[in-house]
Amino acid sequence: MNVEKLQQIFAQSLEIDAIHVVDELTYNSIPEWDSVAHMALVAEIEDQFDVMLDTDDVLDMSSFAKAKEILAKYEIEFS
Amino acid sequence: MIAPYHLERQQKSAQLLDKLNALTKWHMDNCQEYKAMLEKSDAVQQVDTLEEVPYLPVQVFKLLELKSISQEEIVKVLTSSGTTGQQVSKIYLDKETSVAQTKILVEVMKPLLGSKRLPMIILDTKSVLKDRKSFSARGAGILGFSNFGRKHFYALNDDMSLDIVGLQAFLKEFAGQKILLFGFTFMIWQYVYKEVIASDIKIDCGDSILIHGGGWKKLKDEAVDSSTFNRLLHEQLGIREVHNYYGMVEQVGSIFVECSMGHLHTPSYADIIIRNPITFEPIPYGEQGLIQVLSELPKSYPGHSLLTEDLGTIHGEDDCLCGWKGKYFSVAGRIPKAELRGCSDTFQGGTKR
Ligand SMILES: [Zn+2]
Repeated sequence: MNVEKLQQIFAQSLEIDAIHVVDELTYNSIPEWDSVAHMALVAEIEDQFDVMLDTDDVLDMSSFAKAKEILAKYEIEFS
Repeated sequence: MIAPYHLERQQKSAQLLDKLNALTKWHMDNCQEYKAMLEKSDAVQQVDTLEEVPYLPVQVFKLLELKSISQEEIVKVLTSSGTTGQQVSKIYLDKETSVAQTKILVEVMKPLLGSKRLPMIILDTKSVLKDRKSFSARGAGILGFSNFGRKHFYALNDDMSLDIVGLQAFLKEFAGQKILLFGFTFMIWQYVYKEVIASDIKIDCGDSILIHGGGWKKLKDEAVDSSTFNRLLHEQLGIREVHNYYGMVEQVGSIFVECSMGHLHTPSYADIIIRNPITFEPIPYGEQGLIQVLSELPKSYPGHSLLTEDLGTIHGEDDCLCGWKGKYFSVAGRIPKAELRGCSDTFQGGTKR
């Protein structure tokens, strides 16, 4: 459930098709995921999962897989 | 000890020297124009002290498009904020250098801002970020500092008018929480402070910290110095803590922020040297001269050692009362164009503040 939710957030924030949101999707690897979009993405994740990420989390969130890993720290489950 | 202000002189200079020597070699191998310039000036490339590391004048980036990566590897282009009609510098970043730049900004600011992201007010307009691949100094600064904030609010409308209603609503929503403010010195003065005075409203940012940079040139004309600026912002906007920073797009990684004593500090990845503006020889601490900046970051372009056009004074090293290590210094402003050409002795007259 949360996986689909996170996929949707990525798709909307980066304005890409949800089928492209896979674990291997990495920051700066597509023009849509640049530093400006990254801010929007982080804001949307915080709103929808009701979490507050640290500065280090924002920098570490360099792929879709990594995003799941970081959110797991905040007790959001992706199994 | 607080990283990145933890290394003392000997250890820091040894580490930095190794990295700078490696960068000189890297750029010799990867940037034709850089190689040609160094060879032409007979510069020694592998050196034993920081003072001997070959440097380029910062203006060179206005004349040449220097990079040590291929066109395909460019992910970001930074441009300096020249006035209209002036040539701008173009700085090319690849993924590695761009990521390193963001990380180091966080490290440099963490001792002041902590790791929790604060509700953030950007004292600028959102339109500076319109172009997504090429960033002005202003855009790059805003993007970098945005990592420390959440719920970003841009206080200026596109026409540079102050969004007072929005600002008051933001402060109400986050009342009682620590607020981060970021902006450029002149923009804050002209479009925020003056506007608040003109419209005769009272704003109180509460528990708040402002980080600002970009130079004092225009404020000097109005005889506003740093302590006046800080005092007036406290009085009119209730901003409790203010830290200025010194940096330039031409050298990523060189971001020098004011400590609690109001001195700019060099972190472990960057350093400064003060040179006589006429002979270019390094001069002792306490004397004013041209600032040379060194940074271990610039790998995608040959900007690891640059002579700026700014005048500054080193006040000491490793013994600032704030507890941070490294050199601490102040910047007096841009060197007058006439002084660059002529041979005035103004700059050899010892400490001038
Ligand atoms: Zn200090």
